Amino acid sequence: MVRCQRSAKQKEAHMPLYEHVFLARQDLAQTQVDGLAEAATKILEDNGGKVAKVETWGLRNLAYRIRKNRKAHYVMLDVDAPAAAIAELERQTSINEDVIRYMTVRVDAHEAGPSVMMRKGERDRERRGDRGDRGDRGDRGGRERRDRDEAAA
Amino acid sequence: MARPFFRRRKSCPFSGKDAPRIDYKDVRLLQGFVSERGKIVPSRITAVSSKKQRELAQAIKRARHLGLLPFIVK
Repeated sequence: MVRCQRSAKQKEAHMPLYEHVFLARQDLAQTQVDGLAEAATKILEDNGGKVAKVETWGLRNLAYRIRKNRKAHYVMLDVDAPAAAIAELERQTSINEDVIRYMTVRVDAHEAGPSVMMRKGERDRERRGDRGDRGDRGDRGGRERRDRDEAAA
Repeated sequence: MARPFFRRRKSCPFSGKDAPRIDYKDVRLLQGFVSERGKIVPSRITAVSSKKQRELAQAIKRARHLGLLPFIVK
């Protein structure tokens, strides 16, 4: 019983952290997208949550078509909210026709500063032209080639 | 001297100091572990440790769900 009480108290004191990403239809204006983000923030705050950060990734190309959209507005919210608030947010988001996709992921900690998406611009510039980002895949050519290379070395 | 079955030990690209963090938002990083067709590359080729490979697969699947990575490239 004692444990029960403590866990209830803990839940109040420490809410889980989430990242919520949603994709808005491509033909919305940026202001409408911001409106959606505000609506999401409001839902969370009404249900006792907090939004630590709102990040707009802008209009991005999709890797495949989603509901006939080739592009979408991406928005990410860093959220600190009880599970019930997330459930309510997801319920309302799933109804909204302007949102074509959403995902909420629980995280251990929010990233400090802008996420990779926002840093991307600078990073692209600094390593333009080098395509050596494909991991270590040196083992593809089979054994013979490797041996030959070693014999040469 | 020929060593017919010798293979250099590869080390996991996600372990050790200043290894990149696996994150579903980091499309450029994830793209390196996906084949031209869009499939996840097995860890025996990329040398990712099995723990990190599970994490990586999860991240790639999340990125696919959000339309950041393709499920398949035709």
